[in-house]
Amino acid sequence: MALLTTLKSIGNYFREIYNGVTSLARGMRVTGKYFIQPSSIVTQQYPENRATLKMFDNFKGELILKHTEDNEHFCDACNNCARKCPNGSIEVISKREEGPDGKTRRVLDKYIYHLDMCTFCGLCVQACDQSALEFSNEFEHAVFDRNNLIKQLNHPDSKVVEKQAETKEPNTPTV
Amino acid sequence: MEETLVDIDFKEKEEYIINMGPQHPSTHGVLRFETCLQGEKVKYIIPHCGYIHRGIEKMSESLTYPQLLHLTDRMDYLSAHINNEAVALCVENAMEVEVSDRVKYIRTILAELSRIASHQLWWSAFGMDLGALTTFFYGLRDREKILDIFEETTGSRLIQSFITPGGLMADIHPNFQRRVKEFITYFRKKLPEYDQLLTGNVIFRERTLGIGYMSKEDAIDYAVTGPSGRGSGFHCDVRKLAPYSAYPFVQFNEITYTEGDTYHRYLVRMKEMWESLNILEQLVDNIPQGEIMLNLKAIKAPKGEYYQRVETARGELGVYIVSDGAPTPARIKYRSPNFSNLFILNKVSANHKIADLVAISGSLDLVIPDIDR
Ligand code: SF4
Ligand code: SF4
Repeated sequence: MALLTTLKSIGNYFREIYNGVTSLARGMRVTGKYFIQPSSIVTQQYPENRATLKMFDNFKGELILKHTEDNEHFCDACNNCARKCPNGSIEVISKREEGPDGKTRRVLDKYIYHLDMCTFCGLCVQACDQSALEFSNEFEHAVFDRNNLIKQLNHPDSKVVEKQAETKEPNTPTV
Repeated sequence: MEETLVDIDFKEKEEYIINMGPQHPSTHGVLRFETCLQGEKVKYIIPHCGYIHRGIEKMSESLTYPQLLHLTDRMDYLSAHINNEAVALCVENAMEVEVSDRVKYIRTILAELSRIASHQLWWSAFGMDLGALTTFFYGLRDREKILDIFEETTGSRLIQSFITPGGLMADIHPNFQRRVKEFITYFRKKLPEYDQLLTGNVIFRERTLGIGYMSKEDAIDYAVTGPSGRGSGFHCDVRKLAPYSAYPFVQFNEITYTEGDTYHRYLVRMKEMWESLNILEQLVDNIPQGEIMLNLKAIKAPKGEYYQRVETARGELGVYIVSDGAPTPARIKYRSPNFSNLFILNKVSANHKIADLVAISGSLDLVIPDIDR
């Protein structure tokens, strides 16, 4: 009886060693499989691949004010985006100016965006009735001085798009 | 006459205190365990939180509902979609509106994807905490696929702010369904690799089997929810108990074990990934048509008190809103799963070795910003 239990415990001892070693070998097999199949490696070499690295179109990199080729933007300085922003990252500075029809109107002077305070919630883009805002795919934001993260989004000398074409359109069918 | 400088007998009896954290790699965040040791044995643990307290609940009182949503991403950042969903559901309940089935399906798919991604990261980090660095790369490799799906549709990888009161920020990307289906087939092939790498590993089993026993009573007493509670046989899956969104439409099992040790808490999560894949499979082909955003004039809860709970990757998240009818809540309180789960640690790790503490705290899957908020 005593012999049997001794034999059993010896057997268990070796079985445990065997099971342990095979479990390790099973894990090593997975690693080995990838080791001899370099094609299955998915690591991307950044920044070496900067030229080919493309983000998804929807990627929220940083806020930009859309500009047309003629350096015109769509913002009518209504301040909706700044009101909706939970972090106060947007300052819309407007000025009064004489429009083409001779009336004074509110136009955008400076559109200040604090990238350092933005949480990329997307509420500003959603709030804009003019679809003037969008997110760019730029993701390399690192700068040495945080003041460089405060950006003016309207390009120098840019103007607001004149919406004459748009205002005419709804009129034509009624005539 | 010998005089030893160190009285060994005395030292052995003496308890001493070491601090684990706030900068300890295995706490995955700034949390400090004041750990009282006797030799190598843990006598008791006092968790000190507050290192990453940002006052989210107080901040939320001055923000409108759509605005405060982006703060919930930053609580349990691995279940960002599910946190958003909790607030969205609570506000929708308060306003007595119901979103379309399309929104419900998409929300549930996103939630289940987050759950898988969260469990993948937990698996990676858990292996790493126990000395198996390899797992980290395998887990993150597969998690990347989910993050790509998120990025393509929502524009962000980790904290999306996508599910808002009234619906979703945008419609899904045309590639969304194809990618999710690809992921399901891909991950079904890769999950057995996880088992080969870690689950069967002898070192891993020795370090987790029978370690950190939590009884069902303890789990209920301390309100340990999520996979940690289910490892002890506590049926606490909110998806089953109070189905929300598209969960009433799908068939899935609640994974429970009665053993209650670290290894079985681990197994619950591994099995949950399979279940989540099943849920995804049932939903992804059947997304109905419908509107993405309800046309609501103003998003504000009428005067009253509202509560909504959801199942995040770590347990039950409750959102309690007290409203006085203004566009901002008068008071908002989050019942975060990690805060409750944390305090069982003292009980389950008592009389274990200090090295086991890493395994036990890892198996509770704590996310520190969710504890402090
Ligand atoms: S994305 Fe959000 S935080 Fe950033 S500027 Fe827009 S509204 Fe503000
Ligand atoms: S960007 Fe849009 S929302 Fe913001 S001020 Fe200009 S028009 Fe208004």
